[in-house]
Amino acid sequence: MSVIVLVEHTGGIIKAQSFEAVQYAAQIAEKMGATVTAVALGSVAADAMEGLGQYGAQKVLHVADSRLDELHSRAYAGALIAAAQKEDSKVIITLHDLKGRAVAPRVAVKLQAGLVAGALSYPDTEKGFVIKKAVFSGKAFAYVNILSEVKVIMLMPNTFPVKKLEGKAIVEQLDVSFNEKDFGVKVKSVNKVTGEVPLADAELVVSGGRGLNGPENWGILEDLAKELGAATACSRPVADSHWRPHHEHVGQTGGTVRPNLYIAVGISGAIQHLAGVNGSKTIVVINKDPEAPFFKAANYGVVGDALEILPRLTAAVKKFKEHHQ
Amino acid sequence: MRILVCISQVPDTSTKIVLKNNNTSVNSDGVTWVINPYDEWYALIKAIELKESGIATDVHLVTVGKADVEPVIRKALALGGDEAVRIDADSNDPYETAHYIAEYAAGVGYDLILCGKESIDYNNGTTSAMLAELLGVDYIGSATGIQVEADAAVVTREIEGGEETDICNLPVVISCQKGVAEARIPNMRGIMAARTRPLKVITPSKVRAVTEVISYELPPAKAGIKLVSPDNLDELIELLHTEAKVI
Repeated sequence: MSVIVLVEHTGGIIKAQSFEAVQYAAQIAEKMGATVTAVALGSVAADAMEGLGQYGAQKVLHVADSRLDELHSRAYAGALIAAAQKEDSKVIITLHDLKGRAVAPRVAVKLQAGLVAGALSYPDTEKGFVIKKAVFSGKAFAYVNILSEVKVIMLMPNTFPVKKLEGKAIVEQLDVSFNEKDFGVKVKSVNKVTGEVPLADAELVVSGGRGLNGPENWGILEDLAKELGAATACSRPVADSHWRPHHEHVGQTGGTVRPNLYIAVGISGAIQHLAGVNGSKTIVVINKDPEAPFFKAANYGVVGDALEILPRLTAAVKKFKEHHQ
Repeated sequence: MRILVCISQVPDTSTKIVLKNNNTSVNSDGVTWVINPYDEWYALIKAIELKESGIATDVHLVTVGKADVEPVIRKALALGGDEAVRIDADSNDPYETAHYIAEYAAGVGYDLILCGKESIDYNNGTTSAMLAELLGVDYIGSATGIQVEADAAVVTREIEGGEETDICNLPVVISCQKGVAEARIPNMRGIMAARTRPLKVITPSKVRAVTEVISYELPPAKAGIKLVSPDNLDELIELLHTEAKVI
């Protein structure tokens, strides 16, 4: 028996959070007396797959069909199910991200398996198979018990620190018979924003609100982000006013971020905004209103005008980097 | 072309979560219930736009819930939609919910099924793809733009670090987020019309849930804030480095 884990890659480069997923699978497998079989789809080099052994995978099942370089949720689900059947798996793991959300629910339905989306803990097997996840956009947590024999877990990325160990996984080819229907969605065009840090995966985020007064002032926020190597985000009023693109909006009805550091500049901290960011490990709030509710949810605060503080903070980061090189 | 819009009832975004019964349930006293924002602002409005532009002939709304969800589905009808269906079941498990919707949808036959990206109560975002699997149709998640041309959908969706435009034959299930449509406010005419639009109640074939919530927990309070003078930002950077260890 083995625990199955989907490994994501872009152009053959394995996604960093997939290492976390493999390591998560390895912890669960160890407790169950099982092994870990990673599943890699599409064009990935053998050494990249063997390297998954460093995170606890004993085996990698590789479905080399190059059509799988693009996301095809039916084909991906079919491949995972074929792998699960081959390995007699009762636990299947993906990330709780864009691909995971398209694939894991299909697998769960097909295998009549209970699914926990956005897992934040290892399963507690004392009282069943209980996993912690955030609900109400981070305003609370729920402990969810999976009742079915087969379990599907979608791990929330950036939940556990990743440790690289020694090891080399065995790579085996897996043949899966697909049909035309599995590739019904055709990609017309791809528009990637280059040079920016993707928000959802960012370890550092600098986020701006109405306190920046207008889109013309965003340059000084981007300067700080660039100096830190951080992604930029914004509050809902900012996205609604079209100061910033929609995909930067974080909050209960926008994206959720869980970085190590979230710097909120000129954001008051409405309950809806906090919901999207309260998984952040450290929160710094910069606001000229000392009564802003965000200060109650922050680790560090600076009371002052965003437009004055931002350039000074960027300079302080620059100075810090010069001293720590 | 027939469109089905899946609607979920959720606590208003300003709701403060309070637990009860030894943390085994969420206290709903004083909670204002709203249409899940992703379902309302994007999925429902897009469906209404497609009807207004003559592409869709029928827009139906579906929700899974007991009688207490009816005010919210009426509110959805006030925005638009020809009729609504309430599947009479109390489900908190996406697998169970998806089965109920699939059973109903398969019986009618829809060309396009629109859902919100996720509901803001349980944040799973899984019911829509489950529904696609149960109906044996294609799925596109986290859409930011939808066009319907003849019997195909051209959908822009979020990918890591950008967007991708896909084309797919109907029928398809699409989960919607910001960009798909602009939110609207119901007008008086819509509210009056919603009163007379049909709201059917159907009893589903019982499906057993495969997950259950055992208990809830509130996040721990922050230990307290450290304020740093705006004239000493070097200290802030030093704290982030040595104390918080995040830079």
